[in-house]
Amino acid sequence: MTLTTSLNDKVALVTGASRGIGAAIADTLGALGATVIGTATSAAGAEKITARFAEKGISGVGKELDVTRAESLATLLESVKKDFGAPVILVNNAGITKDNLLMRMKDEEWAEVIDTNLSAVYRVTKACLRDMTKARWGRIINISSVVGSMGNAGQSNYAATKAGVAGFARSLAAEVGSRGITVNTVAPGFIDTDMTKVLPEAQREALMSRIPLGRLGAPEEIASVVAFLASDAGGYVTGETIHVNGGMYMA
Amino acid sequence: MSSIEERVKKIVAEQLGVKEEDVKPEASFVEDLGADSLDTVELVMALEEEFETEIPDEEAEKITTVQLAIDYIKENLG
Repeated sequence: MTLTTSLNDKVALVTGASRGIGAAIADTLGALGATVIGTATSAAGAEKITARFAEKGISGVGKELDVTRAESLATLLESVKKDFGAPVILVNNAGITKDNLLMRMKDEEWAEVIDTNLSAVYRVTKACLRDMTKARWGRIINISSVVGSMGNAGQSNYAATKAGVAGFARSLAAEVGSRGITVNTVAPGFIDTDMTKVLPEAQREALMSRIPLGRLGAPEEIASVVAFLASDAGGYVTGETIHVNGGMYMA
Repeated sequence: MSSIEERVKKIVAEQLGVKEEDVKPEASFVEDLGADSLDTVELVMALEEEFETEIPDEEAEKITTVQLAIDYIKENLG
């Protein structure tokens, strides 16, 4: 028995691929042979992805995408299908935070996080699903957060979206399992990215003391779990939330 | 060019994995041809592609047999 993780001839769409966890996921899927479309919110970000892929010998390109705009998504998918074929691997990674205590939270802070982190997962997944059902093969992987399970003061909006995508994944997994499509959620803990670099030192130390493995995770350690789920090796896993957090939260 | 009947029957057979000779006009997708709810959604999408049209959800729900599909296409594209 060998572990089959090759993604040759597969087209993968990774949202939010310009940096952090999304960049590591895009690069890892590319290194396993997938043609990767990595999206960024700006044209400059998309160009950086294209350059990074070229440098690493990865097949694919960076593209501009605003996951909150249906037109932006339609334009992207049309060009991707024409140039590369329809994506059969979708990694919903793009996400934002707008932290605030609930009593101070503004409606916009709530709405923007819901739209970008949760409604966009609905939007992008729906747009890709038809081609996956036709192909009778597909992988949908949502990047969530440990916060969606354990909660975090100041992140009620963010946590709601992250718990939301896990429920979305379970329901969709039940809907499309008969078409050879798996739908899973990967919930990272405290990962060393720009999103966590902004935390104050005291808060970082407090968090670290709660991680049995005693260190932050690397983006590549999330990417490897995503790659497993995307490959044939992970073909019997569906509807699941996989926690990758160094033991910070054990479900 | 095949007739609308033939094209509809061919798509139904392909989508539901049944023999074309079993796709009789009166056949119900769910009761006679073994379709589940996802099959019927995919079938309508396949018809939309074949006939380059959009079938509204409230109309799609009424298309439950082969003949109803043929009738819908004829009425709306004829």
